[in-house]
Amino acid sequence: MSAPLKPGQSPLDYAKRPWIIVLFGLVLLFLYAPIASLIVFSFNVDKSGVWHGFTFMNYVKAWNNDAIFYALSNSLTIAVLSTIVSTILGAMTALTLWRFRFPFKNMYEGFVALPIVVPEICMGISLAMFFSYTGMMAGVRDWIWPFNLINIIFAHIAFCFPFVAVVVRARLQGFNRQLEEASKDLGATETQTFMNVLVPFMMPSLVAGALLAFTLSLDDFVITLFSSGPGSVTFPVKIYGMVKRGVDMQINAASTVLIVVTFAATLIAMKLQSPSKAGH
Amino acid sequence: MTEPIVSIRNVSRRYPGGVTAVDNVSIDIAQNEFFALLGPSGCGKTTLLRMISGLDTPTEGQIFIGGQDMALTPPNLRPTNMVFQSYAVFPHMTVRDNVSYGLRVTGVEATETARRTTEALEMVKLGHLADRKPDQMSGGQRQRVALARALVKRPKVLLLDEPLSALDAKLRDDMRLELTRLQETVGITFIIVTHDQDEALSMASRIAVMEKGAVQQIATPAELYEQPRNKFVADFIGKVNLIDVSVLTQKGKMVTCNTKGLGKVDVSTDKACGDKATIAIRPEKLKISTAEPKGPALIKTRATIRDVAYYGDTSHIVADASDGLHLEINVQNNSRTGGAGVERGQKVWVHFNPVDALLLTE
Repeated sequence: MSAPLKPGQSPLDYAKRPWIIVLFGLVLLFLYAPIASLIVFSFNVDKSGVWHGFTFMNYVKAWNNDAIFYALSNSLTIAVLSTIVSTILGAMTALTLWRFRFPFKNMYEGFVALPIVVPEICMGISLAMFFSYTGMMAGVRDWIWPFNLINIIFAHIAFCFPFVAVVVRARLQGFNRQLEEASKDLGATETQTFMNVLVPFMMPSLVAGALLAFTLSLDDFVITLFSSGPGSVTFPVKIYGMVKRGVDMQINAASTVLIVVTFAATLIAMKLQSPSKAGH
Repeated sequence: MTEPIVSIRNVSRRYPGGVTAVDNVSIDIAQNEFFALLGPSGCGKTTLLRMISGLDTPTEGQIFIGGQDMALTPPNLRPTNMVFQSYAVFPHMTVRDNVSYGLRVTGVEATETARRTTEALEMVKLGHLADRKPDQMSGGQRQRVALARALVKRPKVLLLDEPLSALDAKLRDDMRLELTRLQETVGITFIIVTHDQDEALSMASRIAVMEKGAVQQIATPAELYEQPRNKFVADFIGKVNLIDVSVLTQKGKMVTCNTKGLGKVDVSTDKACGDKATIAIRPEKLKISTAEPKGPALIKTRATIRDVAYYGDTSHIVADASDGLHLEINVQNNSRTGGAGVERGQKVWVHFNPVDALLLTE
């Protein structure tokens, strides 16, 4: 049994017990030590794996490395474009599922969420087969940038928009339909009601869904690898290739940048979805 | 009645699957009336209100507002505004933006919008909270926002769906007075939906009692209480003793009938009645005495007090007469001592004047 409580201590004050604090620390260490060492060594002067001094040189080299820069700009372009389309498509899907009743609705709702649970490798293979059968894999290779990335963008939209749909759908569940009726009753048209009442209500979920889509797209490796033709290299794929050829602190630097970007995006998404904002 | 502002003609609302929410309802509501739709939950009163606002559509019948058929007019173009049961105050807008919303979306000019918004906020005494968000306000304040938001549009008819049901008892009493005051100041027709008979009786100038989608009676509060048309209305409005009788003879207005517990009694009625009827008598119109009451026309019976409930100003007494007849009697506690003056198990006389009784044939 647990130790008797001291005065002023409640049974749920776990955080005050030393062994719990130690456990918390170990869990965090296990989770973040690899990432922390990656970030720390991005500032190391050489690639020996032993700390020899602090420098920003790796960041400068990575920035001036055309291949890395090209891959990163590909990744960002893909992420931005697929985020925009995924957000619109996902919001529309959520609205349809929320508002209308139609045959096989439950089945449809299940299928929409399926890409979230389907193993990425399966989706990657199916997309690769689709693109090669339709001739898109070879067909778009010589198109002008960024249209040569269209396959990857399509693939990313396909696995990102269900996440947006799920987030927006959950938010809409809490919508008071009387708000919509009140708006119409007060003289607003359907369009005005949508823009003035429904969109502001959905906004936190739209932003959260978009940021989710952005981070998912930015660091996706498996599906991208299968759906990218030769020449269209994204950042994760490029890093993978570099790692295979040996350790280079430029990778650490570039990865750190990616971590910061995704971490910031996730943080904003979480903040927007917190209960205090999701209420009403 | 002069030209009614709202005229509901043979309106029905049927849902697929055979549910009839509103069944052939016809009501005329006059300019400046405070009209109440009263009934138990599920009686179709809210559906009727929503059809007046245009948020629901009748399957049969017509609704006229200001003499115009509203069949093809969507809710945003109708001269009605609604105060919703949940208030439906826009959570992402300030109080001022909520109130001005109806003017902004219909393109009312900015200075005019500002002036009318301020006016409406003053009217519901919310001027000092104009910049608050709804989640920083109490239920009563949010309701005032909903009221101001509807009134600022200067509708011909204001529709209120159970406006007081979410407020606590004290606030409800204040709001009741406030609504009556507002209705007199703005001179707009109010139609209120409620399941609370006290609310309807105290506020409305006329009441339509509904049950199972149909209107049972349309009358003033006093008429409803003293002249209910049928057993449902008598029972729903206030408390009543309903005594089943079998009619023996009817000579003009005088009906002689046989009842369990009261024996042979004579009551008057305007209507022709069949074999069966019901005598309705309000508890406060029954009297209790320990000695046998004297009076030629009094209807009286021996009874045993079963229960006495003390309510301060009144006591509610249940007495058993013969033949399984239970009578509810309300007694005013007119003196500080003695209360109702009777106690459980006591044998008493219960009597009433036949003119206070009503013979119901439906």
